Amino acid sequence: MAKEKANSGPLARRPDNSAFKQQRLPAWSPMLTANTVLPFFYCMAVLCMLLGVWLLVTVQNTQELKVSEPEFSQIYLTDALCASALMISILFLSQGNVFFYYGLRNFHQNLRRYMDSRDDAQMVGRKKNLKSPSTYCEPFEKDENGLPIAPCGAVANSIFNDSFTLVYHGSKGSTIHVPLYRSGLTWYTDKNIKYRNPKVDNLTLAQVFEGTAKPLYWHKPVYELDPHNPDNNGFINEDLIVWMREAAFPNFKKLYGILNRVSEPFTEGLPVGNYSIEISYNFPVQYFRGRKEVVLTTVTWFGGQNHFLPIAYLVTGGLILLLAVILTVIWWKFGKDGKNMKE
Amino acid sequence: MFRKRPPPEEERRVRANDREYNEKFQYASNCIMTSKYNIITFLPVNLFEQFQEVANTYFLFLLILQLIPQISSLSWFTTIVPLALVLSITAVKDATDDYFRHKSDNQVNNRQSQVLIRGSLQNEKWMNVRVGDIIKLENNQFVAADLLLLSSTEPHGLCYIETAELDGETNMKVRQSVSVTSELGDPNNLATFDGEVVCEPPNNKLDRFCGTLYWRDSKYGLTNQNMLLRGCVLRNTEACYGLVIFAGPDTKLMQNSGRTKFKRTSIDRLMNTLVLWIFGFLVCMGVILAVGNAVWEREVGSLFQSYLPWDPPVDNFLFSAFLSFWSYVIILNTVVPISLYVSVEVIRLGHSYFINWDRQMFCSQFNTAAEARTTTLNEELGQVEYIFSDKTGTLTQNIMSFNKCSINGQAYGEVTDPLEPPPKRLDFTPFNPLADPDFCFYDDTLLESVKVGDLHTHEFFRLLSLCHTVMSEEKSEGELVYKAQSPDEGALVTAARNFGFVFRSRTPGTITITEMGRPVTYTLLAILDFNNIRKRMSVIVRNPEGRIRLYCKGADTLLFERLHPCNQELMNITSDHLNEYAADGLRTLALAYRDLSEEEWEAWSESHRCAGKATDCREDRLAAAYEQIEQDMMLLGATAIEDKLQEGVPETIAILSLANIKIWVLTGDKQETAVNIGYSCKMLTDDMTEVFIISGHTVQSVRQELRRARERMIEVSRGRDGGKEGGVEGWEGACYNGNGFGGGQAGATGGGGGGEKQLQCPPPPGTPPPPPPPSPPPPLPPLPPQPPSTLMDNISGEFALVINGHSLAHALEADMEAEFVLTACACKAVICCRVTPLQKALVVELIKKHKKAVTLAIGDGANDVSMIKSAHIGVGISGQEGIQAVLASDYSFSQFRFLQRLLLVHGRWSYLRMCRFLCYFFYKNFAFTMVHFWFGFFCGFSAQTVYDQYFITLYNIVYTSLPVLAMGIFDQDVPEQRSLEYPKLYEPGQLNLLFNKREFFICIAQGIYTSVVLFFVPYAVLSDATQSTGEPLADYQTFAVTTATALVIVVSVQIALDTGFWTVINHVFVWGSLGCYFTIMFAMHSQTLFIIFPNQFHFVGSAQSTLLQPVVWLTIALATVICIVPVLAFRFLKLDLKPQLSDTVRYTQLVRQKKRKPVGRSMGGVRGGVGSVSEGRLGARGSSRRSGYAFAHQEGFGELITSGKNMRLSSLALATFASRHSSSWIDTLRKKKHAHTHTPPSASGECSPAPSYVSGSVPPLSTSSSVLGGSQDTPVEEGTHTPPVQSAQVDPVPSTHTPPPSAPASEAACVDVVSPTSVRCPGGDSPGGWTLSLGMVQEALFGWKGIAARTSGSSSPGPPSVAKETSNTE
Repeated sequence: MAKEKANSGPLARRPDNSAFKQQRLPAWSPMLTANTVLPFFYCMAVLCMLLGVWLLVTVQNTQELKVSEPEFSQIYLTDALCASALMISILFLSQGNVFFYYGLRNFHQNLRRYMDSRDDAQMVGRKKNLKSPSTYCEPFEKDENGLPIAPCGAVANSIFNDSFTLVYHGSKGSTIHVPLYRSGLTWYTDKNIKYRNPKVDNLTLAQVFEGTAKPLYWHKPVYELDPHNPDNNGFINEDLIVWMREAAFPNFKKLYGILNRVSEPFTEGLPVGNYSIEISYNFPVQYFRGRKEVVLTTVTWFGGQNHFLPIAYLVTGGLILLLAVILTVIWWKFGKDGKNMKE
Repeated sequence: MFRKRPPPEEERRVRANDREYNEKFQYASNCIMTSKYNIITFLPVNLFEQFQEVANTYFLFLLILQLIPQISSLSWFTTIVPLALVLSITAVKDATDDYFRHKSDNQVNNRQSQVLIRGSLQNEKWMNVRVGDIIKLENNQFVAADLLLLSSTEPHGLCYIETAELDGETNMKVRQSVSVTSELGDPNNLATFDGEVVCEPPNNKLDRFCGTLYWRDSKYGLTNQNMLLRGCVLRNTEACYGLVIFAGPDTKLMQNSGRTKFKRTSIDRLMNTLVLWIFGFLVCMGVILAVGNAVWEREVGSLFQSYLPWDPPVDNFLFSAFLSFWSYVIILNTVVPISLYVSVEVIRLGHSYFINWDRQMFCSQFNTAAEARTTTLNEELGQVEYIFSDKTGTLTQNIMSFNKCSINGQAYGEVTDPLEPPPKRLDFTPFNPLADPDFCFYDDTLLESVKVGDLHTHEFFRLLSLCHTVMSEEKSEGELVYKAQSPDEGALVTAARNFGFVFRSRTPGTITITEMGRPVTYTLLAILDFNNIRKRMSVIVRNPEGRIRLYCKGADTLLFERLHPCNQELMNITSDHLNEYAADGLRTLALAYRDLSEEEWEAWSESHRCAGKATDCREDRLAAAYEQIEQDMMLLGATAIEDKLQEGVPETIAILSLANIKIWVLTGDKQETAVNIGYSCKMLTDDMTEVFIISGHTVQSVRQELRRARERMIEVSRGRDGGKEGGVEGWEGACYNGNGFGGGQAGATGGGGGGEKQLQCPPPPGTPPPPPPPSPPPPLPPLPPQPPSTLMDNISGEFALVINGHSLAHALEADMEAEFVLTACACKAVICCRVTPLQKALVVELIKKHKKAVTLAIGDGANDVSMIKSAHIGVGISGQEGIQAVLASDYSFSQFRFLQRLLLVHGRWSYLRMCRFLCYFFYKNFAFTMVHFWFGFFCGFSAQTVYDQYFITLYNIVYTSLPVLAMGIFDQDVPEQRSLEYPKLYEPGQLNLLFNKREFFICIAQGIYTSVVLFFVPYAVLSDATQSTGEPLADYQTFAVTTATALVIVVSVQIALDTGFWTVINHVFVWGSLGCYFTIMFAMHSQTLFIIFPNQFHFVGSAQSTLLQPVVWLTIALATVICIVPVLAFRFLKLDLKPQLSDTVRYTQLVRQKKRKPVGRSMGGVRGGVGSVSEGRLGARGSSRRSGYAFAHQEGFGELITSGKNMRLSSLALATFASRHSSSWIDTLRKKKHAHTHTPPSASGECSPAPSYVSGSVPPLSTSSSVLGGSQDTPVEEGTHTPPVQSAQVDPVPSTHTPPPSAPASEAACVDVVSPTSVRCPGGDSPGGWTLSLGMVQEALFGWKGIAARTSGSSSPGPPSVAKETSNTE
């Protein structure tokens, strides 16, 4: 080619004879023929159905208990104190880990301004941002005294602060507080990267947060969220982190605790029996027409109980199979061996 | 741009050699600037230009919106990054373009020219030449500015120029200086020249100039004949001097090269409409969501106030809704992706490069590759429905070759047996050292016949070497160059030369030829010149032995009438041969001679003189005199000349018409020539049902002819449909083609043609004022109602229409347009002959207006520029000398046949790719954007986005751009050979099938469906799902990542489905984009970036924790399956039940590949088309169609020869004589003028008949008899003794009486105005090339007397009415 360019003969301006320039690159031109499409459809159908069945079986192995607000709001009404107890009964043994969630309905964590109303730089422990939070946090940036709020913003301000205690009513009338892990509830990255307390330098957390105000709706400042466990206090408090991970939809549940299976009778999971949930009621939902709920569930590799996915797979598989049959019939009747391909 | 413009000039005053005086007027300098920017102005000007684009402004507006915090739903960079990218890509492109413009400007501005400064010649750059300078030009130099020719080295201040770059005419033209200045031979004299020119202001009329030279108290009129225009090249002239009148931007060349019209493709227009619709859609969605927001804020949001109070300026839900509207406009703006326009440009650029790179469109002969000069029209190449083609230089090479001949009943040259290998080209050199090595002939029997000395053959070639008006130039011994007036003549003389009858030289009275190696000098007694009515020319020569013989060549029909009766048998044989030649599309001439006795000659020359001196009806008398001698001739034979088509023209036309493209030939040529070419390039065929010829001269007659043609079509197609074919024949008044001579001489053609189809054209109206319908058609009912157009649409049968320039002028009138279009579009082929450049453009505009079809104009000359510019796509034939057409064109290549590749391969692909690209592009953006809409219902219409803002920024420019670009650039549905094999594949483009509003809605629907699936499947799955570690998956970030990933995967699968041609590049781009998505996402969600900018990258860790979840993958898989399966099923069904032709071809290809053996032409139907075309033609021999005769030139040249005017002094021994002759010649011409105007010759006495003592042995009378010779009562002797009349005699009264036609068009329109009897337009009826040049010559010689206006008309298709009128009076 170089030679060609060098010569200045009558072909000097002839374009190169490269496959690229002549649009003759070797290429694969697939075509949607019956030979490829129909087997593909059948395979897909079978695959989807198998997956569906497998998932369905898996999902059947999980158990879920959902208690929603009306059931415990009655108790709330009778007990004017901001605490309530709710009797539930678990009729079969929950195998393995049992997860305790609180749920909220009609709470919009996904509003644009709500989601923006936070300062990740503050939460990652930047001192500068601690004292002068991002303007996105308006109007939860400073309190009436002009003190910067830590953690600032609407998200942190509206933290769900009910607390739950699960009590097991044993067969002999004994009551045992079901032990719950209140840690390990977050993503690893959240706990270890995204949220850090400001550098301590021999100072206590309280001292570090000095000069900041607690969020308006909070009962206690951020450094007292879990005074017993320094790894769960301040910005790295897991309840806070869980709350700060905004839900995508107005109805959501968030992890509250995991069954601690170190002691009897909970080593196998939650035994069959009666339980009550004691709720300290701090988070009002009526005025925005919200509802709370409590969910107890077990998980598999696939996560918690989720019937949609297996059913969706089954339905999709069925539809594809139907489609495949229809296509086959049509093809057989009209287009076999490229009948229509001949003019 | 910022330069202050001087007030428009009223007139221009230029004084030679006086820069100071001229500077007062601030005329433009000779520096040209076509570039738009310089380094400093580039950025502001370019940005200003770019923001004039609506799209760019729109995105700027969005950007500003985003800066308002209450509205901003996206970060500013989501818009600015793509916008900056788009702007910079465009800027780079503009800068490159401008750089090349700078370069070419510099190159031109720095050309050297010799300027006369203070009496000496100095080299100056072109840009430093000033108005009023005198510059010297040498042979083959470009003219630097518009010059007034002052003097030249040639006699009479003549000089020759080639105007190819200006008007595309490749032949030379003559310019002459004003006589007073022509004497200023040398620089010293010129340095003292201080004449002042007052002339019109700069304008763009190439053929007009009007000015006055004031010098030494005298006035001299100046015309275009005195001007050398910038861009011309000086030829055959050693040097000349000129005075700069217009410089730089004022020159006619630059004034003509206006900004070309900005062309848009139909896809562009559709795209703009669609984008507007999408804007409308966007606003609708914004309104819906805003209403939703209002409701939500009132019902829910107000209750939620304690957790999230409204932003300060917002105090009620309505205001919130208002802001939400704008926020959603920002979010949803991606339905009109910013990258759409730039991607489209990139794809088109890619396609343009493929055109430039195409080796199969490279012409090694001219070393030119095809060039896409406009990069924005490619896909329109796939939608062309009408092609308007020029003839000369486009369809034909403008090369005539002596192809066959019939001598004494013996046919030669018939060796083209397609089955045998092509015979060897004859080698003439051993036989004849003077042979032209370029001459091709294959039949050696003819050469044998010459060698054995066959008398007829010798006489045949002797005739060819004597009977012509060719000039020869012998630079060195044996190296002959013929300057022929028309290429046909050149071909004939060259043929004679190669067969041993070499025309060597001529003087006004002699012709010297070398006959079989022996030089012989014939005395030229008379040239009975060609004219358009006579259609023949003769010479009378005396051979050295003293025998006088008349040689005649001419159109067979006319010649055969004048043969001696004893030729009957030979005539029949020859006539058969001529028919054969005609069927092959060759141009024929019959040759004959007559021996004259001395007495006959004496008698005739006397009568000829009488005729010449007659004051009234001189023309007719001369014609009668010629008629008298051209009798009882002996037939020698016939020649057949091939007007060489460009390579592959018939095949290309056949293929293009199979692709349902209609081809119209618009030519300035004569009707016969045009029709002839129509046949030889298979546009017209003998199996066509009918060929209509429209040649009326009045509106009524044209209208009538058009209607009749239409009725006839309906009639025939009805007849055909009813199964009774061919019942109707010889329909009255339908002016279909009988033979080559077409619509004119009803009487003349009658006998000779031997045609089965009688010519039934009415004699042209345009004769005495109220045109009585001649050969009256049966009284038609008062013009029947127009056939409804629906009827016209399904005409069966193949028709063709030939329309003349003057009829076309009427047909293009406003009230006739529709009628013309209706008729013409029902025809398969349309030929418009004798059209002016303006008419060419009008015809194109007409079709554009009435048919809404994509038009393509192809041509090579400046006369095609207007049509090239007005058609949707203009194609210029490059490689020839003219460059104007190429400059105005959008695509250029050097062979007509490349058109099939350009349209059927490149155009088709471009269209296909662009359509697929657009479909996919709109799809992917709707799929992407509409997810936000659905999410709006869940997030309180708060304009929260579904995706990460980086994803939104990069989606269009990184994640999904390259695969679709690769598809848009490289995709092929069928291989290139197939699209040439099956021209029907071109049809979807013409019918706009691949991308139209319907397809658009399908894409949009698919996009919306995809968005629904992409939103609701993850919603349904994730809102309940948890990780295996118990953490819920319903958080926003997981949802965002899942949806985004599903989206990228779905659109990638979709592009994989859409891509029909997987090259390596497609693979790399598709897989690369996916890889890129994951890489970038992991990077964006990485710890590092978060630590640096915690507030910008708060998605930290989302990617890994989400994508490690099997549920997420199951969700993505489910969404993909649900999105793709219906598409797949739909496509499969479509392919299976209603396959397109392309699918079929592709399938066949696939099957063929699999079987690895050629499955015969399974597409018999399609293939058969091509085959049948050619077969049909071969079988169609023997029609009555008699070809055009091979005369393309014009009368008056014989006189030029006998006067010696055009002969170089060096080649003419008797220089003084020449000047005397010239005077007489000029005078004759002038007298001819006077004859036109019915004024008696003003100075007939002074006008000496040309004496011819020159040749010694000749009686004095001889030369004076030549052509229009100004013969007088004065005895010859007396004439010769009269002193030569000054040629410069100034006739103060311009003898023009016609309104000076300023443009050819107006000339054509003048036809009816001019009283036919009074005007005899010299050669008004002859075609292009030579007409013009000869016109120029004449103009040069007497034009400056103020008659320019008259002759300029001859360059345009003249009024044939005149010619015909004359024939009638005969």
